[in-house]
Amino acid sequence: MWKQIEGSRAVAETVAMCRPQVICAYPITPQTHIVEALGEMVKSGALAGCEFLNVESEFGALSVAIGASAAGARAYTATASQGLLFMAEAVYNAAGLGLPIVMTIGNRAIGAPINIWNDHSDSMSMRDSGWIQLYAETNQEAADLHIQAFRLAEELSCPVMVCMDGFILTHAYDRIDLPLQHQVDAWLPPFEPRQVLDPAAPVSIGAMVGPEAFSEVRYLEHHKQLRALERIPEISAEFYATFGRESGGLLRPYRLDGADTVVVALGSVNGTIQEAVDELRAEGVAIGSISICSFRPFPLEAVSRALSQAKRVVVIEKSLAVGLGGMLATDVQMALSTRRPRVYTVIAGLGGRAITKASLLKLFHQAKADALESVTFLDLNWDIVNRQLKRELATRRSGPAAESILKDLGTLSSKIV
Amino acid sequence: MTKPFAITLDVGSSLANKTGSWRTERPVYLDRMPPCNHACPAGENIQAWLFHAEGGDYFEAWKSLVENNPLPAIMGRACYHPCESGCNRAQLDQPVNIHAVERFLGDEAIRQGWQFDAVAPTGKHVLVVGSGPSGLSAAYHLSRLGHKVTIYEAGPAPGGMMRFGIPKYRLPREVLDAEIARIANMGVEIRLNTRVDDLTEVLERKEFDAVFLAVGAHLSKRAYIPAGDASKILDALGVLRSVDGGQPPELGRRVLVYGGGNTALDVARTAKRLGATETLIVYRRTREKMPAHDFEVQEAMEEGIQFKWLSTIKQAGESTFTVEKMRLDEKGFPQPTGEFETIEADSLVLALGQDVDLSFLQRVPGLEMADGVVKVNDRMMTGHAGVFAGGDMVPAERTVTVAVGHGKKAARNIDAWLRGVSYQPAPKHALAEFNKLNTWYYSDAPLTVQPVLDAVRRQTTFDEVVSGLDESNALFEARRCLSCGNCFECDNCYGVCPDNAVIKLGPGNRFRFNYDYCKGCGMCVAECPCGAIEMVPETI
Amino acid sequence: MPFHQIKFYQTGTFTIGNRLLEASDRSVQSDVHRSNALNSGHRACQGCGEALGARYAVDAAIRAAQGNLVAVNATGCLEVFSTPYPETSWQVAWMHSLFGNTAAVASGVAAAMKAQGRPQVRVIAQGGDGGTADIGLGCLSGMFERNDDVLYICYDNEAYMNTGVQRSGTTPAAARTATTPSVGPKPGNVFGQGKSVPLIAMAHQIPYVATASVANLHDLEYKVEKAVPMHGARYIHIHVPCPLGWGSEPHDTIKVARMAVESALFPLFEAEYGEVSDRTILRKRHPVDDYLKLQKRFAHLFRPQRDEERIAAIQAIADRNVRRFGLENGAAS
Ligand SMILES: Cc1cc2nc3c(=O)[nH]c(=O)nc-3n(C[C@H](O)[C@H](O)[C@H](O)COP(=O)(O)OP(=O)(O)OC[C@H]3O[C@@H](n4cnc5c(N)ncnc54)[C@H](O)[C@@H]3O)c2cc1C
Ligand SMILES: Cc1ncc(C[n+]2csc(CCOP(=O)(O)OP(=O)(O)O)c2C)c(N)n1
Ligand code: SF4
Ligand code: SF4
Ligand SMILES: [Mg+2]
Repeated sequence: MWKQIEGSRAVAETVAMCRPQVICAYPITPQTHIVEALGEMVKSGALAGCEFLNVESEFGALSVAIGASAAGARAYTATASQGLLFMAEAVYNAAGLGLPIVMTIGNRAIGAPINIWNDHSDSMSMRDSGWIQLYAETNQEAADLHIQAFRLAEELSCPVMVCMDGFILTHAYDRIDLPLQHQVDAWLPPFEPRQVLDPAAPVSIGAMVGPEAFSEVRYLEHHKQLRALERIPEISAEFYATFGRESGGLLRPYRLDGADTVVVALGSVNGTIQEAVDELRAEGVAIGSISICSFRPFPLEAVSRALSQAKRVVVIEKSLAVGLGGMLATDVQMALSTRRPRVYTVIAGLGGRAITKASLLKLFHQAKADALESVTFLDLNWDIVNRQLKRELATRRSGPAAESILKDLGTLSSKIV
Repeated sequence: MTKPFAITLDVGSSLANKTGSWRTERPVYLDRMPPCNHACPAGENIQAWLFHAEGGDYFEAWKSLVENNPLPAIMGRACYHPCESGCNRAQLDQPVNIHAVERFLGDEAIRQGWQFDAVAPTGKHVLVVGSGPSGLSAAYHLSRLGHKVTIYEAGPAPGGMMRFGIPKYRLPREVLDAEIARIANMGVEIRLNTRVDDLTEVLERKEFDAVFLAVGAHLSKRAYIPAGDASKILDALGVLRSVDGGQPPELGRRVLVYGGGNTALDVARTAKRLGATETLIVYRRTREKMPAHDFEVQEAMEEGIQFKWLSTIKQAGESTFTVEKMRLDEKGFPQPTGEFETIEADSLVLALGQDVDLSFLQRVPGLEMADGVVKVNDRMMTGHAGVFAGGDMVPAERTVTVAVGHGKKAARNIDAWLRGVSYQPAPKHALAEFNKLNTWYYSDAPLTVQPVLDAVRRQTTFDEVVSGLDESNALFEARRCLSCGNCFECDNCYGVCPDNAVIKLGPGNRFRFNYDYCKGCGMCVAECPCGAIEMVPETI
Repeated sequence: MPFHQIKFYQTGTFTIGNRLLEASDRSVQSDVHRSNALNSGHRACQGCGEALGARYAVDAAIRAAQGNLVAVNATGCLEVFSTPYPETSWQVAWMHSLFGNTAAVASGVAAAMKAQGRPQVRVIAQGGDGGTADIGLGCLSGMFERNDDVLYICYDNEAYMNTGVQRSGTTPAAARTATTPSVGPKPGNVFGQGKSVPLIAMAHQIPYVATASVANLHDLEYKVEKAVPMHGARYIHIHVPCPLGWGSEPHDTIKVARMAVESALFPLFEAEYGEVSDRTILRKRHPVDDYLKLQKRFAHLFRPQRDEERIAAIQAIADRNVRRFGLENGAAS
């Protein structure tokens, strides 16, 4: 059913069709609209059989979901940025316990400086937590991925994060084909837990495990993700069969035929990248791109195969591994370990800075000429950086950097949410 | 459902971890000797019968009681209850009113007509001489052991001093008769008016396989008091005996009693009931030094009996008596002062103690006597093999209870002797001292007071002065018992063990430790109210 | 209060069991068929009050819930000594997630039960004082404020024991811990205002709040059994001496707990909807010395000489409790 609808609303309505039984909400931009909408549906009765809890923190939110999931309920929550970090301990815990919770991340930068705009630093920080991470390219995919996420999570008994770019997707109004309830019901079986808190068949969940078995527990967690590598494309195919749309999967190649330069990225920026690729192809440049949907598990083989012809790879990263460069690039490099094309890391779009087609075109030209540094900061204002470095060199008490930079820029205030 | 590895576990699997290996000391259950039992001359297992009474099972309580003492209704009245002086509860509030519960059980048995069980006969025949408490007790215990018993009793009715000494306002005769009848019902033959004048003669008849002597002490002691012909001087036992025989003596309005024991008090109080308006007890020493029990002095005073301490009677006239004042020397002995006083009275009753009539024993080979009593060994046997003795006629405290205790002890030794073995009493447990108890757990509950007959009726009738407890009072009183040193199944050990290492075996069966898991913390020992557990070091 | 005042039962309800009581008045712990929710083989220290308190509380909860119970447990001694892989001592549906999120996890379980139409399944959360008063207070407060259908039980041993006896928000004044050592001019913990989670709970106006002690089993069971069937947020704070952390003799655990109650340092009371509704009158009041002296963590108050000033200050805390809760007969409640 087609609807002109905000991305958050589309996700909320889709999640509701998955018949979650416990939803916990805590406000943080830019995911708030999702839980607000779900709250309204529960309260109005539109979403029946579901408990909606306004918790006291994100740590509480995921903890409630942990309890609910362990008690056999389909549990859902959403967060972003600081919220994800505030729940960090529980994020690892949910994965360690193997609880199939689905959580939406409205991707947003992490402070300080506090910043509400989009980048991937938040979900990247939980890269190794044991959660499956799926990145949506569009709002249609964001909505669809939630249905697949519940199926995947519950099959494997492993939590799944669906990551969608804050504002760019969450707040964008798009024409979206929402599934119908009966379709979802037919496609997504009821939750059958692998372990459950049931007085009739009591078990102890969450034992203390020492050196004698800890590695095995960890390996088994890893093994689940290896299983996910197989299941994600299958589930995507099954989804296609029912809903008639391509959504999800491990990665999506774009115009790779004969491409010697291949751009790799996560999420919505792939739209702009594809536009740039189209323009360059029109110019005759042999360029293509890959949109990676499954960042965890990371599809080493699929990436390696997709890049088998590439002479150089440009990885656009919406997060910075401070002191190193890029995280996605590191993973891509690992995929390429048997072959050594040049891999350029491009840090772009941090804290919501727009990644424009113009900048990308310039960048890809430089790449083609192998005129890129191994780590490039897209559209970095070197003037500001250098001015601040000079200030710091001159005076010990140079004051707060962010505020000085804003002064340099002539921006008086910035909206902080 | 395949559960996740390691983080999800099957319930209760920790039983594989035997924490008993942590222990350096282990708790063990034990029984300690309750101080009441320890103090009871009849060897009653007081705590044990109170345990049954606490639950309201009076029949079991009575059965447990009479294992040691066949006369609870009597004993609950006449015994001076040394058990209560020993009772640990005295250190909390007041001692358990043991004798009152005992009396309640005895009375209940009479009301219900409970009888003793018959036992398969052994074919042995024992003679008991004297049907006082000692003789009756021996007869009872011997019967329980299957021996045929015949009692020769000189008097016209059985009971000894219980009948002819202790006044009926303290011990109603129906009670006495009922408890004696129950013993007779076991098949004990009591031949009244059958005095043994020469034991050797009886022994020579070889009718009996053993003999128990319990003739008491019936010869009143005399003091030399110069007296005129008209002066009326009687002895206390004679007075008491004739009262019971239904021919009370003429004592007059003003009666003097000379002596300081319980007999003096009994006879003074009896005189009051026979119509004396003034009764005065004259005693050589002070109230504190009086052998009579304080509660009896108290009761006597309530009835209007007067006392003249530190005085001896020097001379008796028709209606005047000369009294000399005494003083106590530094050793506490009374010494004359040479100060005299005259008292007017119609009669003087001497209550100066009793001697044993040993004449019938003169010819018994080997039997030894000293200081007016018969010598016995630690098995209650006299110097003549097969002849045992107990009660007032052997050297010991002269009370009904001691007499009953002797009877029991003698019976067990006679039985062993008849079987050609020697009786081995079970080893005694260590005493359950107060500091072994955790008294926090006992409810606060002061002693139940037994109702007392009002003073006017007491001065004029022979109605029983002190009444018994009713059922609810008796139950309450029984439940005041702390069960010193003996598990009463309060479940504390079972409850307070943090390791569930105590196994509850169910009502009456107490508990057992599960040493597989007991870590030896000792909490059960500390929290056992009655001190029935102790820690002992592990050997390894 | 569950005491028998009319009839006299020898030990009444002071002892764990009493064969003279009606079956309905008997404690769960006296029952041969009690659940032993925390079974033998756990690794708590000798005489651990927490192990004891947990079995008391959970067994009672199981009885009250007729077996339909789920327990959520915070990190801490209780969790560590009960569930080291490959063995668990629990005989109840049980879960451990983290140190500070226990109330929230329990809220989740309760929400799940409600969503699944199983309101008969009762949910308890349990944690130590650290997990409750400190790191878990946020989640706890949220659970209270939402009035979630959870009974939270705190086992207060007055420090972070599992990590080696560090000070927590409930560590009493002057007590020695690893982070408040008995050195310097004022050895031991500072004299703060303390942190009373029961009073904090009451400030949320939740249906039921109570304090209990391992020294008073019948009272503890009464409170747990009263709380379990109630709906909404409930809180019971149980005082559980820790021989290791307090430096008391393992066999004295109950005695120490009893002295805490009888000295009025740990008042026993109940509160409904934010108001104190009942309290346990002191049976035999003791000076605080009788409590303090049993524990090495207070030894510096008595050696090298008696610290009159600080002992008096602790006594003043006890006196205030007596006034505040009406702990003596005749005192207003
Ligand atoms: C007035 C009085 C009050 C007392 N009050 C108490 C009291 O309240 N509590 C208490 O504990 N004690 C009391 N006593 C002491 C107690 O009565 C005696 O210690 C106890 O009765 C001794 O028991 P017995 O069996 O040894 O002898 P006795 O009770 O004296 O019985 C001996 C029996 O043997 C019979 N007899 C004697 N010679 C012969 C013989 N040759 N042949 C056959 N039969 C013979 C006697 O007739 C008598 O029946 C009191 C004593 C007196 C005198
Ligand atoms: C977030 C976090 N911080 C710290 C710890 C370390 N830790 C584990 S148990 C514990 C102490 C528990 O104390 P308390 O809650 O009082 O329980 P107790 O062990 O005393 O019963 C601490 C500090 C942890 N597990 N998690
Ligand atoms: S309390 Fe009971 S067992 Fe202890 S001495 Fe008294 S009567 Fe005997
Ligand atoms: S440290 Fe304390 S709370 Fe922890 S197990 Fe030992 S006694 Fe129990
Ligand atoms: Mg603690």
